[in-house]
Amino acid sequence: MSGPALRPARLSPADILRTGASGLRTRRTRVVLSALGIAIGIATMVAVVGLSTSSRADLLARLDRLGTNLLTAEAGRNALGQDVKLPKSAVAMVERIGPVQHATATGAVDARVRRSDAVPEELASGVTVQAARPDLLDALNARVDQGSWLNPASERLPTVVLGSVAAERLGLTAPGAKILLNDRWYVVTGILAPIELVPTLDRTALVGYPSAERYLGFDGHPTTVFERSTDASVEAVQGVLARTVSPGDEGSVKVSRPSDALAAKAATDKGLTTLMLGLGAVALLVGGVGVANTMVISVLERRSEIGLRRALGATRGSIRIQFLTESLLLSALGGTAGAALGAIATFAFARTQGWIAVVPPWSLAGGLGATLVIGVVAGLYPAVRASRLHPTVALSAS
Amino acid sequence: MTPAPTDRAMTPAPTDPAMPPAVIELRGATKSYPGGVHALRGVDLRVAQGELVAIVGPSGSGKSTLLNLLGTLDRATSGEVRVAGYDVNRLSDAQLSALRARHIGFVFQHFHLAPGRSAQDNVADGLLYGGAGLRERRARARTALEEVGLGHRIDHLAHQLSGGEKQRVAIARALVGDPDLLLADEPTGALDTASGALVMNLIRQLHAAGTTVCVITHDNDIADSLPRRIRFRDGEIVDDSGPPGPSGSPAEHTDSPAEHTEEVPR
Repeated sequence: MSGPALRPARLSPADILRTGASGLRTRRTRVVLSALGIAIGIATMVAVVGLSTSSRADLLARLDRLGTNLLTAEAGRNALGQDVKLPKSAVAMVERIGPVQHATATGAVDARVRRSDAVPEELASGVTVQAARPDLLDALNARVDQGSWLNPASERLPTVVLGSVAAERLGLTAPGAKILLNDRWYVVTGILAPIELVPTLDRTALVGYPSAERYLGFDGHPTTVFERSTDASVEAVQGVLARTVSPGDEGSVKVSRPSDALAAKAATDKGLTTLMLGLGAVALLVGGVGVANTMVISVLERRSEIGLRRALGATRGSIRIQFLTESLLLSALGGTAGAALGAIATFAFARTQGWIAVVPPWSLAGGLGATLVIGVVAGLYPAVRASRLHPTVALSAS
Repeated sequence: MTPAPTDRAMTPAPTDPAMPPAVIELRGATKSYPGGVHALRGVDLRVAQGELVAIVGPSGSGKSTLLNLLGTLDRATSGEVRVAGYDVNRLSDAQLSALRARHIGFVFQHFHLAPGRSAQDNVADGLLYGGAGLRERRARARTALEEVGLGHRIDHLAHQLSGGEKQRVAIARALVGDPDLLLADEPTGALDTASGALVMNLIRQLHAAGTTVCVITHDNDIADSLPRRIRFRDGEIVDDSGPPGPSGSPAEHTDSPAEHTEEVPR
């Protein structure tokens, strides 16, 4: 007598999940602790990627707002080491370059700034004086924080507008006060908000050209020319700007693009991000070892369960898939919690910085993908070990 | 490694064509372990469908090894082992698993229930590897629990049950797949006398309803209460009371022991 051919039944996916989860349900503390290892790793990586993406997005948004089409041409020194003066006609010449939309200039004024006459003249205030044209503010996308900016009337009078740092250094929080430029009293009519593209102007006291020439002995030569052109022609303008502002002496003119400095900041953050990602990967690896450890112990402890399942008709394959599923579920649990934690951390930190939080979907997908790989790698050895356990040995373990 | 059946195989029980087919057939089955330990030394045995057999012997007599061979958890070193008509030596590990899933039910001394799960889920696990869906497994588990008199314990967690109840859940799990052979390894070994008697009663009822049962025990009193006794010593059968006569064997095979439910004391 011999019955029909025996073929082991296949477990349905739902049954595979159920058997895989059954081992987790009865050992909750251990599940939480070993999933925590994975969660920390994934949370670190998601948060690092999220934060660096958010900060870069913020920087790009700022650049966008400030514009990347601003160029400056600054007077330097010539080959003999003498200060070069830009011609008074520099701005007019720059305006004649085709794509240039806007050009203005500031000129360094050799004047000493004091809060009052009680301050000795020798004491440096750390504030320099620049003569500015009324259109400077528009060219730089800067704005007045308090008070008002120079206008065609006030630029002739002894009035001054302070940069944000200059105001702080002079101990002023509101316009209206009088300060001494050389020996002349000037009224502070406004204080500027920080100028992100040209932070050096934050440390200056700005006066009108006519007023500087009249009261401070300014010679009217600009030292820095600012210009904005169409975005597409920035490079072309950059090529001819030095020649235009100082024909015949272009070597002593320094042309730069202030937005480059901000863009460079985005790049320098990359090194730190890589380091943090590395730390996250180490945490993840340690988490994976934790899962493997938990699984190995689980197999040792559950020999009689394995024996019982074999007696109930489980094939080696069913045992293997059960423990592999358990390991996968364990790390997927950690991975999901970690991804959520990482996203929450990103949102929380971005909020404190006033950024728009950006959590790239690929970082979440990558984190979960890494989790699954870890689950398989960590679970493979314990699962194979469980499936190789001889049923009689497993049953006699009780 | 599949050793060929030895030639000295002989038919232990009379092969009367009128007799019910054999569920267990051993011919010259031996089991040796490395180091020259001979756990079984040429065992010939035939157990027919519907029998209730006690395999009795002191510890170390080889009865546990025999249980492993009968349960296809292990293979004989030599000789032939047929269970439910299948030649165990010719089956792969996966096929043996399928044989256990569909044809053999196990009852262990220490129950082997999953502690945090309900009686119903524990019993339903008896069908897990046979290919039935969850709904069917649960429904049949419910019926099996009612058959062993635990209809009122269906949703209780395994660790909340008494020892006797646990063993009855384990018996329900072994029965739920309607196996050709029920193997019970010291089923009363971990129970007090009263619970043990209850479990033995249940086993006798299953037998009366047509199930083939092998009880492995070292307890002579239990063995003596069963219709056929096979005594083991030093890996050999020293006494086989033989299958009882036609009057002692169950007259008819009922498909299910359900009609005896009310006789099971609670």
